[in-house]
Amino acid sequence: MDDLINFFKKKYVIIAPLLIIIFIAQNEQYSQLTSSGTFGSALRLSIPILLAGLGGLFSERTGVVNIGLEGMMIMGTWFGAWGGFMYGPWGGVLFGLIGGGLFGLIHAIATVSFQVDHIVSGVAINILAVGAARFFNILAFDGIAFASSTASPRIEGEVGKFNLPFLTGGTLNGNETSNILGDLENANIFLISDISGLLVGLTSNISYFTIIALLLVPISVYVLWRTPIGLQMRSVGEYPSGSESLGVNVYLMKYIGVIISGCLAGLAGAYLVLEGPNVYLQGQTGGRGFIGLASLLFGNYRPLGVLMGAGLFGFADALQLRSEEAIHGLLIAVALFLFVLTINNLSKRNFKVSTGTFITGLFFLVWYLNSTSVPIQFIYFTPHLTTLVVLSFSKQKFRMPKKVGVAYKKGELN
Amino acid sequence: MKLRLRLVSLSAPLIALMLAVSLTSLILLGIGKDPIETFRMMFEYGSTGKSIVSVLNRTTPLYISAVAVAVGFKMGLFNIGVEGQYLLGALLAAAIGTSFAISRPIHIFFIMLIAVVASSLWAAIAGYLKVYKGIHEVISTIMLNYIGTGLIAYLLSNIFFDKDEKNAIPQTVELPESGRLPALNNLFGIEDLPNLHGFLPITILLGLIYYLLIWKTTLGYDLRVTGANPIAARFSGVDPKRLTIIAMIISGGFAGLVGMGPLLGYFHQYTIDFPPGLGFAGIGVALLGRNHPVGMFLGAILFGFLERSAQILDLRGVPKEIETMMSAFILLIVVVFYEIIRRYILTQQIKDASKKIGEN
Repeated sequence: MDDLINFFKKKYVIIAPLLIIIFIAQNEQYSQLTSSGTFGSALRLSIPILLAGLGGLFSERTGVVNIGLEGMMIMGTWFGAWGGFMYGPWGGVLFGLIGGGLFGLIHAIATVSFQVDHIVSGVAINILAVGAARFFNILAFDGIAFASSTASPRIEGEVGKFNLPFLTGGTLNGNETSNILGDLENANIFLISDISGLLVGLTSNISYFTIIALLLVPISVYVLWRTPIGLQMRSVGEYPSGSESLGVNVYLMKYIGVIISGCLAGLAGAYLVLEGPNVYLQGQTGGRGFIGLASLLFGNYRPLGVLMGAGLFGFADALQLRSEEAIHGLLIAVALFLFVLTINNLSKRNFKVSTGTFITGLFFLVWYLNSTSVPIQFIYFTPHLTTLVVLSFSKQKFRMPKKVGVAYKKGELN
Repeated sequence: MKLRLRLVSLSAPLIALMLAVSLTSLILLGIGKDPIETFRMMFEYGSTGKSIVSVLNRTTPLYISAVAVAVGFKMGLFNIGVEGQYLLGALLAAAIGTSFAISRPIHIFFIMLIAVVASSLWAAIAGYLKVYKGIHEVISTIMLNYIGTGLIAYLLSNIFFDKDEKNAIPQTVELPESGRLPALNNLFGIEDLPNLHGFLPITILLGLIYYLLIWKTTLGYDLRVTGANPIAARFSGVDPKRLTIIAMIISGGFAGLVGMGPLLGYFHQYTIDFPPGLGFAGIGVALLGRNHPVGMFLGAILFGFLERSAQILDLRGVPKEIETMMSAFILLIVVVFYEIIRRYILTQQIKDASKKIGEN
């Protein structure tokens, strides 16, 4: 029992909001908060953030800050749409990857070979990407029906999807199987239905693209932590001159890291297109490249952490799309969570912080009681606000690569 | 620095411009257009009297935006949030500025003050988050841009919406006559041309203030030292936390003035059509002009000119987006060349110095 209490004390920042949300979701009005539909779209919206975050991981582990992720993702959306239009959905996946990779190469040339400031180069790449995508779109789809300067024509077909057999009613050898989790979700049992909702959302109607993206998490762990080249890449981010003295090709490692980063961001863009509206739209990425970067910080530069961060931001993104009522329910969730923080800070005799959280909590409570919905314009920035709030609450014990963002010139001691 | 090295450092933007022109020409050739003819058309159209007025009108907000970004850049702080800051400032200034009418100079001063205060407070959030929460300003300012956009949409359509008239799109009440800046055409004797907006002299003044602030005050010195060498700055007694927040507030203050040219000069109200994108464009101008007041002015004029002169291209069968590509090429190439030349100058200086030591 003591272990349980200790565990709760340590992890209450994660557990308390989960419990609060499950509790609130028991109310019919807010059931959307834990429905399989919400979790399904949370998964779909997490994947681009996850891919961008993993992209950031590869780049930053080799010591190159990649603010250009957003731009590489934009390239992924356009090339993904173009490849999809020309060669079908899988062509879209491939070309999205190539498009992002190309911009990764540009970033690598600027930052590694020419030692341009990483953020300056990233900002320039983001500006270039917006212009390039628009230019390519006009050039490539000139005169094709339904294409405009800001949108590509529709891609026919989609990447295959499947349900898990037995659990969520998938087919096995052509036979329909039972849908155990779906039945549990509809049974409306406290906690069990909510968890089933989560599992149904994560396991039904899953596309192969999603599976590939999720597999990239263990693959990243394996490559970066279990292979010689991964060790070399990470060493370059920590101590480049030391690595070079041991015969590591520092520039090559950085190039590989940044190009992989671009490829993954490109995949993220392609995913947005192929699992979304099936067209390229200007401004489609909506800052998700930056949110991916935030999930990298949140995840403390580790693939599993990135996955968690992406899941969280994807969930916020999904609520935005699904239901205004559910967002209204979140107001009371935020209020309750702030009161939990207040109590915790009171017990630590941290009166200044507890007053702050209490007043903010009261504000959310009053807002909740005096409204029936959250203005649509606020819902639009839920994921961005969540990003800021989560980053400011997560403890700043980030362990970033030592030499991240520092220019390295061959033969220099640093 | 020696004159020879100064000249070398000035060559970077020229080389970048030439390379960007060549790259753009290659693309034009690739899509089967004559590059020489295209550039000739652009230049011809861009140098008419009408176009020059238009370029100047575009240059003013772009330049202020660049100055706002540059204040942060000087200390190595990346304020990517100028976009959200100026839009929010412009909305609040437009909305509150209609609620009173006093004599023109005071009215205009107060409208500008509202914008400056609103924008600098919005920017201060990013400074706070960086100093006390350790969130990198690039991430926080980008997120604040999205939050700002949502907030603006909400305020505009729910609080400040001028519902008296049958307005189809959300907009604020128009500013009274005393809150408008007159055009400058009479001053220059160009009554036959389109309006040259009245914010131009204020913009030049702002450039001067920026110069004095960065190069002639202690605060500016602290900013520059921190940008060049944060460790040395700390040893000289600079409080990096305080400085970060101050820099963010000043940067946001300049950002607040970005939207004032359009607002006071010709929009006279905030609508959903209020020109966006100036904040992001300003980053490019600051990079191109290397945070120098004159350099940024030339950069703003260059980008303003390219944007204006490209308007003719669509009519002549060349996609005008070629201009966005060209601007981006200039930007990317120029940052590379600045770095190459910075390193070249550094080695030259070391050589010169060691030579001098040898002579003694």
